[in-house]
Amino acid sequence: MNATPENTNGLLRVSDLRTYLDVPSGVVKAVDGVSLEVNRKEAVALVGESGSGKSMTALTIIRLQPVVARILSGEILLNDVDLLKLDTASMCDLRGTEVAMVFQDPMTYLNPVMRAGAQVAEVVLEHQDVSKGEARSQVLDAFERVGIPSPRRVYDSYPHQLSGGMRQRVLIAMAISCRPSLLIADEPTTALDVTIQAQIMDLLAHLREELQNALFLITHDIGLVAEHCDRIYIMYAGQIVEHADTFTLFAEPKHPYTEGLLRSTLSPDKRVEVFETIEGQVPNPTDMPSGCRFHPRCPHVKDICREESPPSLDLGEGRMVACWLYE
Amino acid sequence: MAGDYPLLRYSVRRILQAVPLIFWVVIINFTIIHLAPGDPAIYLASVTEATPEAYAELRKEFGLDKPLYVQMGIYLWKLLHLDLGYSTWHNSPVLGVILDRLPATMLLMATAFSIASLMGVVLGVIASRYSYSVGDHLATLASLAGYSMPIFWLGQLLILFFALYLDWLPSQGMYSMRGVEPGWPAVLDVLKHLLLPAITYATYHMTLVFRITRGKMQETLAQDFILTAKSKGLNERRVLYRHALRNALLPVVTVIGINFAYVMAGSVFTETVFGWPGMGRLIFESITARDYPMILGIFLVVSMMIVLANLITDILYAMIDPRVAYN
Repeated sequence: MNATPENTNGLLRVSDLRTYLDVPSGVVKAVDGVSLEVNRKEAVALVGESGSGKSMTALTIIRLQPVVARILSGEILLNDVDLLKLDTASMCDLRGTEVAMVFQDPMTYLNPVMRAGAQVAEVVLEHQDVSKGEARSQVLDAFERVGIPSPRRVYDSYPHQLSGGMRQRVLIAMAISCRPSLLIADEPTTALDVTIQAQIMDLLAHLREELQNALFLITHDIGLVAEHCDRIYIMYAGQIVEHADTFTLFAEPKHPYTEGLLRSTLSPDKRVEVFETIEGQVPNPTDMPSGCRFHPRCPHVKDICREESPPSLDLGEGRMVACWLYE
Repeated sequence: MAGDYPLLRYSVRRILQAVPLIFWVVIINFTIIHLAPGDPAIYLASVTEATPEAYAELRKEFGLDKPLYVQMGIYLWKLLHLDLGYSTWHNSPVLGVILDRLPATMLLMATAFSIASLMGVVLGVIASRYSYSVGDHLATLASLAGYSMPIFWLGQLLILFFALYLDWLPSQGMYSMRGVEPGWPAVLDVLKHLLLPAITYATYHMTLVFRITRGKMQETLAQDFILTAKSKGLNERRVLYRHALRNALLPVVTVIGINFAYVMAGSVFTETVFGWPGMGRLIFESITARDYPMILGIFLVVSMMIVLANLITDILYAMIDPRVAYN
């Protein structure tokens, strides 16, 4: 009734999500107490290295985590409905319509023996009560929307006949064909040429304006999100270590890991002799360090960092950091 | 697009390639048979206890006194006129005898082969759906048994149990000796005779198809485009049959095609054990009788069937996987 503006804006709210994987060498705490929010029409990024658990977070949100995964705790509210409590059929109804996903590698994420158009039409036919002809024209519209130059030709092509950029456009068309309110893009440009990367990012931004969907972008490339996202979550070893709006985060990173990430990006403005990196290795997923998981690589490490994991500190104005330096 | 009708062009090319193949098969068959020790004249002479003069007469009569290449030339010339020669043992034209026996084998093979292929695929899909469950382990174990069992032994076990002990089904032949009324009773009679040899025939083939399908389905279900299919909101059935099975079928179709040759070979055992009046038993009889024209004729027909099976496999393969015809 008297909903606060924040509530009406809220689209996705994940709280204390834990997804553990049972692997032969032990238990991988891939997602370990993650909380995050995406508001309507907003672009939010989840940034982390490979293996940080960001893809597992995304897969858990649409409940397509692998069979070896166990969801130990958490709540995933999409439009105030807890996705973790839905039965399989209702979850299927939501996928594609309310929440859709674009994946990393357009080479392998399209079915090689099905025509591109048919793969997209399938989503429309699954979720809407339309004829095949109507579905076809909707797909052609979607193709045009994502900037495919000759929609009819692409419709009848098999994936192997299309370029990488074109395939990614087909996958994006597939994701937006039923106008989802949340689009999750998991490393949508990683497998593409640099020139195509910019085009795809621009396309995602353009579509967001047109379709008014929220974008949840998962990437390891912090440079990529600067232009396109409103807020950023930084993830390290299964946990969110920092959260801020994009401008603040770039201007004033708090967590030593975020600092390291920003330092190791290249920019044409700064000439560097030696390419900066973060010292050390990503921890072994089945054997996480005690205390703060970043402490073996942290330049500011204190005694307490080795003993206890840091609390998530609220710095006001929506900023969050999990680090003993700010306690 | 590469060509307007890639599948048609591909099929025509494959058919044209099959023609020289058959020619070489004929040459090799002929050479092998004539290089093998033994001589039909000796066999006939020994059966009829003939004098050396009569033996020489027999050799002359069958053209065996001429040089091998002349014999081959004569044989090829006759083949061109659809004359497969004259059976020394059956004392009638080879083609007639083969055409007499072919329908029985086709009935047995077509029934067993198609039911086994279909059941193998369906059971394989189900097993992959319930991977590593108790049922899956049992099915895998049973398929190992079926796969390893010698055909003639299985046939004899089935005869012992169903024909002799339970007395439900006939043990030998294709028709009842007493004679049955024409129409439905006759059809039923043949079906009753068909059941045991068909099961014997089908077991090996079905278990093989089952194992390949299960393995390939598991592999396919782990692929990226399956995740895409699920993220579209398709239910499990659609994902399994529309996306996974079609991709998993490729190697299965190949195995079914190759297996056709083994099944032909298996018909020798099955038909001998069950007294089925088909080609398999004819092969066995003809080899024992050193009936060269007959053996050659059968080999030719069998080779052509195998070439045809491979041709169908290739075309089916291209129909399932568009990449084949385009390359």
